[in-house]
Amino acid sequence: MSASDILFLIVAVVTVGSAAIVVLSRSLIYSAFSLLFTFFGVAIIYVYLGADFLAATQVLIYVGGILVLLLFGVMLTHRLYSLNLKTETFQVIPGFLIAFAVFISLALVSTRTQWHVVADKPLVPTTDMIGTLFLTEYLLPFEIASILLLVALIGAAMLVRRRTDV
Amino acid sequence: MIPISYYLLLSAILFSIGVFGTMIKRNMVTIFMCIELMLNAVNLSFVAFARYHSLIDGQVFVFFVMAVAAAEAAVGLGIIVALFRNRQTLNVDEADLMKW
Repeated sequence: MSASDILFLIVAVVTVGSAAIVVLSRSLIYSAFSLLFTFFGVAIIYVYLGADFLAATQVLIYVGGILVLLLFGVMLTHRLYSLNLKTETFQVIPGFLIAFAVFISLALVSTRTQWHVVADKPLVPTTDMIGTLFLTEYLLPFEIASILLLVALIGAAMLVRRRTDV
Repeated sequence: MIPISYYLLLSAILFSIGVFGTMIKRNMVTIFMCIELMLNAVNLSFVAFARYHSLIDGQVFVFFVMAVAAAEAAVGLGIIVALFRNRQTLNVDEADLMKW
């Protein structure tokens, strides 16, 4: 077992452990902060897979954007001084059984299948290849994604504004 | 080189944790976090397949997933804030106005 394998295992354990804390913790703030470690762990695994630009984007969008939005959501909807910052759990046993069934089926598929794997190629920077694909083959989805983001921005501002005209 | 099934197993574990959390939690913000967990798990397997097939297209897909996740986060948080303003609660069982 080489050093890089051991490092992969450590990162995987930290990622799964913090994901478990997200689900099992009763405090919303603890959940949000352990989600931070999960996102960072996934970013490190992207580095392992040679996706350098994607790892940077993961940190930028998930940690810098979505997590901050989530924390805003927590702060705006709970009074911080009250003890109401808890999240209750219900129906743990059926939920666990269903999640376990999902895991077993996914694990069986991923371990039993003979995946077609091409020979190990050397790692190269991916940024220019991704940019070329965005502006040639995936141009239409790229533009649709930008329109989707604009619509979502307008919709979010529309949803949370105070109604003054009614 | 680490076998691809390790990455897929890690992705499966993350996805199942997200499913578990979505089922047992009643707080809307926590359910939201679990949905982000599931999206991350799927992204992870996209990148793993992209690496082991020596294709970059899988990574391009992850960018689209991230764009949709960002849009979902913005609109979802807007809905959460609007719901809290009207109902003073985030319990999904009490947001049942449209339930038949």
